[in-house]
Amino acid sequence: MEVNMLFNKQKSIYLDNAATTSVDKEVVEAMIPYFSEKYGNASSQHLIGQEAKRALEESREIIAKSIGAKRDEIIFTGSGTEANNFVLKGLFFANKDNKKNHIITTKIEHDCILNACKWLETQGAKVTYLNVNNEGFIDLNELKKSITPETLIVSVIHGNNEIGTIQDLKEIGKICKERGVHFHTDACQSYTKTDIDVNKQNLDFVTLNAHKIHGPKGVGALFIRKGIKIIPLLHGGGHEFGLRSSTENVPGIVGFAKSVRIAKESNIKHMEKLRDKLIEGILKIPNTQLNGPRDKRLCNNINVCFNNIEGEAIGGFLDSYGISSSTGSACSSHSLEPSHVLKAIGRTHVQINSSVRLSISKFTTDEEIDYVLEILNKIVDKLRKMSPIK
Amino acid sequence: MAEQFNAYTKEVLKRFTNPKHFGEIKNPDGVGQVGNPVCGDVMKIYLKIDKKTEKIKDIKFQTFGCVSAIASSDALCELAKGKTISEAKKITNKAIVDKLEGLPSIKIHCSVLGANGLKKAIEDYEFKTGKISKKSERYDDEDGSCEGNCAIAG
Ligand SMILES: Cc1ncc(COP(=O)(O)O)c(C=O)c1O
Ligand code: FES
Repeated sequence: MEVNMLFNKQKSIYLDNAATTSVDKEVVEAMIPYFSEKYGNASSQHLIGQEAKRALEESREIIAKSIGAKRDEIIFTGSGTEANNFVLKGLFFANKDNKKNHIITTKIEHDCILNACKWLETQGAKVTYLNVNNEGFIDLNELKKSITPETLIVSVIHGNNEIGTIQDLKEIGKICKERGVHFHTDACQSYTKTDIDVNKQNLDFVTLNAHKIHGPKGVGALFIRKGIKIIPLLHGGGHEFGLRSSTENVPGIVGFAKSVRIAKESNIKHMEKLRDKLIEGILKIPNTQLNGPRDKRLCNNINVCFNNIEGEAIGGFLDSYGISSSTGSACSSHSLEPSHVLKAIGRTHVQINSSVRLSISKFTTDEEIDYVLEILNKIVDKLRKMSPIK
Repeated sequence: MAEQFNAYTKEVLKRFTNPKHFGEIKNPDGVGQVGNPVCGDVMKIYLKIDKKTEKIKDIKFQTFGCVSAIASSDALCELAKGKTISEAKKITNKAIVDKLEGLPSIKIHCSVLGANGLKKAIEDYEFKTGKISKKSERYDDEDGSCEGNCAIAG
């Protein structure tokens, strides 16, 4: 193989958009004035402060509208992780005295939900981790059966970051409403890619963030339905309706709103088309399996098991051709455990070690997909020849 | 932690993308397979040995593993080829790391896998030729030397 490719990467094809996305130029442009000229503190009463305040509230309005919420039901946070921690911990501590200590979640949540739950267990919470089927969908009957008089909240990830499964929020919301329990979804991956409507889906809490949708890193938001009592994680000057003190990250929030405003239906169609092309192309390679569902799948997610070769070796090879991919999720790269999501859908250790995630964006092109498929065919052939497992 | 950022040396990448010694030897004089079910790496080393001189005439590998595991296998073969059995036994994982001009610290284990693979293949040869009466089991998969770090720095 052309060793030169290694050292002068001619191409750079970024297929790790589930980890994070590039910030759109339009977003950067919208943010810049809020660093240099409109740098005010949104809590200040003077003109420059009020300018920042206006930008903050306009941004809040945009985020609220995008999910059918009211302006004062949106709290900006420092990340998706923070918003997820806030919901679970804030609600748990707000209900400490009324015996509602049961949390229902799933086995395929992002680490920030799972680890917040694990910590809450040390604080007296009882947590049910729902199973999923081999495509990553929860079983609504199992959910119904799991709800008890002590159940406080059901928290289900909307679009899964590893395998792209999109859960049926409407049906889950219906059950939660009937049974009088709160309903939260972590929508970091699905936001602007599939519909979220807090009323139709009966949602009480929704976690959002900016960096998965071509906005800046370090900005998140939490929808909290009006009237629900929740204890803040951060006490201080009373920002964000007293629920999240910290001087607001105005440039980041403005960028977040801009990234929502420029999201288009046509981008989804574009990604779906390329996703399907990539999936179909890969599945033509012998002995490959799709992880996650064919339908009801995030428009940007591809996750495939290339049997008998190591996912990381494929990733390393792709990288040498300038193609960025990921084995499991970027976050779990810190841990020694094989992906809990692939485990939950019943993949074996060997299959998990053979899996690669490719996640596209609105910027991915048809030519890039052709190139990736060509390279993948070569790499898989080469690595299979090298493998002692047949 | 710094090593995690500059993940691989040029030598690792060169050997990984263009290994010279992969493949199978038909009717080998010795075979060693090491690996660990936890991280799912398997390395198989084949030897062809000149019975008179006890030199390794040919050595090939097959590896199911990460970037570092494949590069380590190739470096190992290069180091061992042409050496006598007793010289080859002295090849350490450190020699493999040096040959690769370094491995990320979390990937040192992959070089250990390589060194063990060769030792096991030599043992197989010595067993088959009656030089030893019993194979040790210390290179087997259960030794826990692999920490399953494959996913890291991918
Ligand atoms: C589903 C999901 N939830 C939460 C997060 C965490 O968000 P953040 O990186 O903003 O903390 C991510 C991604 O990192 C994610 O994919
Ligand atoms: S062989 Fe590379 S981490 Fe196990």
